[in-house]
Amino acid sequence: MTLQTVLLVAAALFCVGLYGAISQQVVVMVMMGLELMLNGVILAAGAFWWFLSPAPDGQVLLLVVITAMTVEMAMGFAVATLLHRSRGSDMTDMATDLSR
Amino acid sequence: MVDDIVFWGLAVVAVASGIAVFRVDSMARATYALAVSFVAVGLALLLFGLDYLGVVVVLMMVMEMAIMAIYMIMFMGMNPALMPMSMVHGKRTSLAVAGLTFAVLAAGILLVDWPERRGAPAADLTLAVGRAVMGGKMLVMMTVSAVLFATIVSALVLALPRGRYDDDPADEAAS
Repeated sequence: MTLQTVLLVAAALFCVGLYGAISQQVVVMVMMGLELMLNGVILAAGAFWWFLSPAPDGQVLLLVVITAMTVEMAMGFAVATLLHRSRGSDMTDMATDLSR
Repeated sequence: MVDDIVFWGLAVVAVASGIAVFRVDSMARATYALAVSFVAVGLALLLFGLDYLGVVVVLMMVMEMAIMAIYMIMFMGMNPALMPMSMVHGKRTSLAVAGLTFAVLAAGILLVDWPERRGAPAADLTLAVGRAVMGGKMLVMMTVSAVLFATIVSALVLALPRGRYDDDPADEAAS
């Protein structure tokens, strides 16, 4: 177990999540892709902390990443609820006007 | 040696279940696969001595995936464990972008001359992070607290069917 091997695993997780975030049509599945990307970021941050500088600051950074994941999920669920209520659908293709 | 074997086992489980999220034919199974991936990464964090954060990741993500399964049942209006589904667009483009990103990241990971480790981990890492959060890094946690509170308010405002002074559409329909 080296820094490089752990980072390669983290990169694989990130890219699988990236594929999901780009390709999926259902909002909840897009959120799953984003979650998987953050999963990779958590693993990479843990590896950087352990192999480069095992000071408490790195653990605080990891806490912030985990918090970001929580915020993303909460807001994603709220937007999905709003979309479903107003349009009766939770498909991304039917919410393209949100980008305008 | 044991750590290496355990890590590779967890790595295979994490990536395989991550792939399974977008390969299985029902959303409920996808949710379980994502939960397994998170548990594997949480256990990998335990290998780094991050006992507190590893347990937080495992507990939080298992609960989060349970909530996600409930959302799917609510929104999809079907038994998500039984209904096959495949709702993707731009599959080839997405695969190409993901593959290219992995190639760039892997090249960076393997080509960069990573520095040596500086310092040694504290004897009690959980105590160290507790002291950091309650001491020198308190501003970070105070900011996180405000962000989480704002998230609660924003999510409620978005999700509720009516505002503070509006009538509930359900009440109007009933009357």
